[in-house]
Amino acid sequence: MKASAGGYARAESVGHALDLLAGSDGQGRVLAGGQSLIAAMNMRLSVGDLLVDISKISELSGVIVSGGTLRIGALTRHAQVGASQVVRTHAPLLTDAVSHIAHAAIRNRGTMGGALAHADPAAEFPACALALGATMHSEGPEGARAIPAEDFFEEVFTTALKEDEILTSMTLPVAEEGEVQILEEVARRSGDYALVGLCLVKRASGHRVSLFSVGPKPILATVAMAALDAGDLEAAVDAVSSEIDPPSDTQASAAYRRHLAGVLLRRAVARLKGDTA
Amino acid sequence: MTEMFRDKIDVSLTVNGEPVEARVPAGQHMIDFLRLELGLTGAHVSCEHGVCGACTIRVDGDAVRGCLMLAAQADGAEVWTVEGLTDTNAISDLQDAFVARNALQCGFCTPGMLVAAEELLSKGDVPSRAEIREHLSGNYCRCTGYEAIIDAVESVAQGRAGKGKT
Ligand SMILES: Cc1cc2nc3c(=O)[nH]c(=O)nc-3n(C[C@H](O)[C@H](O)[C@H](O)COP(=O)(O)OP(=O)(O)OC[C@H]3O[C@@H](n4cnc5c(N)ncnc54)[C@H](O)[C@@H]3O)c2cc1C
Ligand code: FES
Ligand code: FES
Repeated sequence: MKASAGGYARAESVGHALDLLAGSDGQGRVLAGGQSLIAAMNMRLSVGDLLVDISKISELSGVIVSGGTLRIGALTRHAQVGASQVVRTHAPLLTDAVSHIAHAAIRNRGTMGGALAHADPAAEFPACALALGATMHSEGPEGARAIPAEDFFEEVFTTALKEDEILTSMTLPVAEEGEVQILEEVARRSGDYALVGLCLVKRASGHRVSLFSVGPKPILATVAMAALDAGDLEAAVDAVSSEIDPPSDTQASAAYRRHLAGVLLRRAVARLKGDTA
Repeated sequence: MTEMFRDKIDVSLTVNGEPVEARVPAGQHMIDFLRLELGLTGAHVSCEHGVCGACTIRVDGDAVRGCLMLAAQADGAEVWTVEGLTDTNAISDLQDAFVARNALQCGFCTPGMLVAAEELLSKGDVPSRAEIREHLSGNYCRCTGYEAIIDAVESVAQGRAGKGKT
C-alpha cells in the first residue's frame, strides 16, 4: 500500500518543531527515524498526518556523561547507542538491548527517542528505562518537563507526552561500581519483537526487575524485586509470573508468557551469579 | 497556519554519484522515488513495512530500508543503489561470489542482500558465519535457503583479508 501524508515540514530546531506542531491544528506528527511511523503510514494505519521531521536537529543527538548522570539525546540512533563506549560503560543494559532491536538496517535509522515515544509494549528501551530508573525530558509550548519512566509509559503506544510536546532526551544514573545489568528475551527469530523480555539490575540499594511484551506497557515487578532482595529466587519466580497479566495472541498464549517470565528471571539471576562470582 | 507544511517538497541529493534535483510528494518513500522517478529498479519494493529487506539501499554510508525513509528526507543525502555499486565495481567481488556460490535464484532479494552484506564487509574484519547470519537476518530470501549466501559473503570476507580465494 502507499502512504498518505497530509504534508511535510523539516524542523530546523526544537523551537521550530514546536511551532510547527502548534500550527498543525492537531494533525501534526513528529517524524524521527521513521522506522515505526513510515511503516504505519505505508500500511495506512496512520493517514493524513502533517509530518514534522525532526531528524535533522543535531542538538537532539548524542551521548554525554556529567556528574553521575548519563544523557542520551532523543535522536541518537539505535546503532549509535549500541556502538557507544560511554553507554557500554555506564548503562550496559542499553548496549545489550540494541542487539535485540530489529535488524542492522533498521537500527541505522531508528532513534532511541522514537522507540520511547512510540511505546510499543514489546520494545526493549522502555523496559530498560524503567529498570534503570531513567527520566524522560520533553519540551513543549509550556516549557520543559522531566517525567520519571514510571509515569511515562501509560498504555499501548501511549505515553505521558502531550500532542504538542517533543521528547528531547533521557537521563539516567550511571552504573555504580559493581552494578550488574542484564537483559534476557525470547523471540522466535533474530530481530523479531520479544515474546517476553526481562531486565534485571542489581545495585547496592537492591534489585530492579522490569518486563516487556507482557501487557499494555512495560512493568516493574516490585514483588519479585523484594523477593530477590530477600534472597528468595523461588518466591521471585512465582511473583514475576503472577505480577503480569499478559495477553494471548498469535505469537504466544498468556500461560506460555507467564512461564517464560519465570524462565527469563532464572536465566538472568544465573548470569548475575556468574558475573559477580 | 498549515501552509507551513508542503505536500510537494524540493530535494537535492546525489544518487550513485550524480546530482539529482526533484520535487517529491510528501508521502513518497525512497524506493518509489528511485524506481518510478529515476528508473532505478534495482532496489525492490515488497512488504513496505521494514520486514523483508528487498529495498535495502545505502544512504550516507549506512544500509537502510528504502521503504522506511521518505524521499523528502533525502535532501542533502548521498544515496547508492545496486546500479551505482555495480557501475563503480565497488562490489564486483561480492557479485562474482554470489554467482559462483549459487547465492541467488530468482534474484529478487539480491540487490538488498548485496547492500546489506557490503556494509558488514566494509567494516574490514572477517566476520564469523554467525555474525554474517545476524547481519543479514533482516533480509528475506525465499529461494536459496541462505546457506549459499553465507558462503558467498564469507568467501569475500576471507578473500579481501587475503586469507583465501573468492
Ligand atoms: C521490522 C521491524 C522490526 C522492529 N523490531 C523492533 C524490536 O525488536 N524492538 C524495538 O524496540 N523496536 C523494533 N522496531 C521499531 C524500531 O525500534 C523503531 O525505530 C522505533 O520504534 C521508532 O523509532 P523511530 O525513530 O524510527 O521513530 P518514528 O517511526 O519516526 O516515530 C515513532 C512514533 O514516535 C513519535 N516520536 C518519535 N520521536 C519522537 C520525539 N522525539 N518526541 C515525540 N514523539 C516522537 C512519532 O510521532 C511516532 O508516533 C522494529 C521496526 C521494524 C520496522
Ligand atoms: S520493502 Fe522495505 S523492507 Fe520490505
Ligand atoms: S533469490 Fe529468490 S528471493 Fe532470494
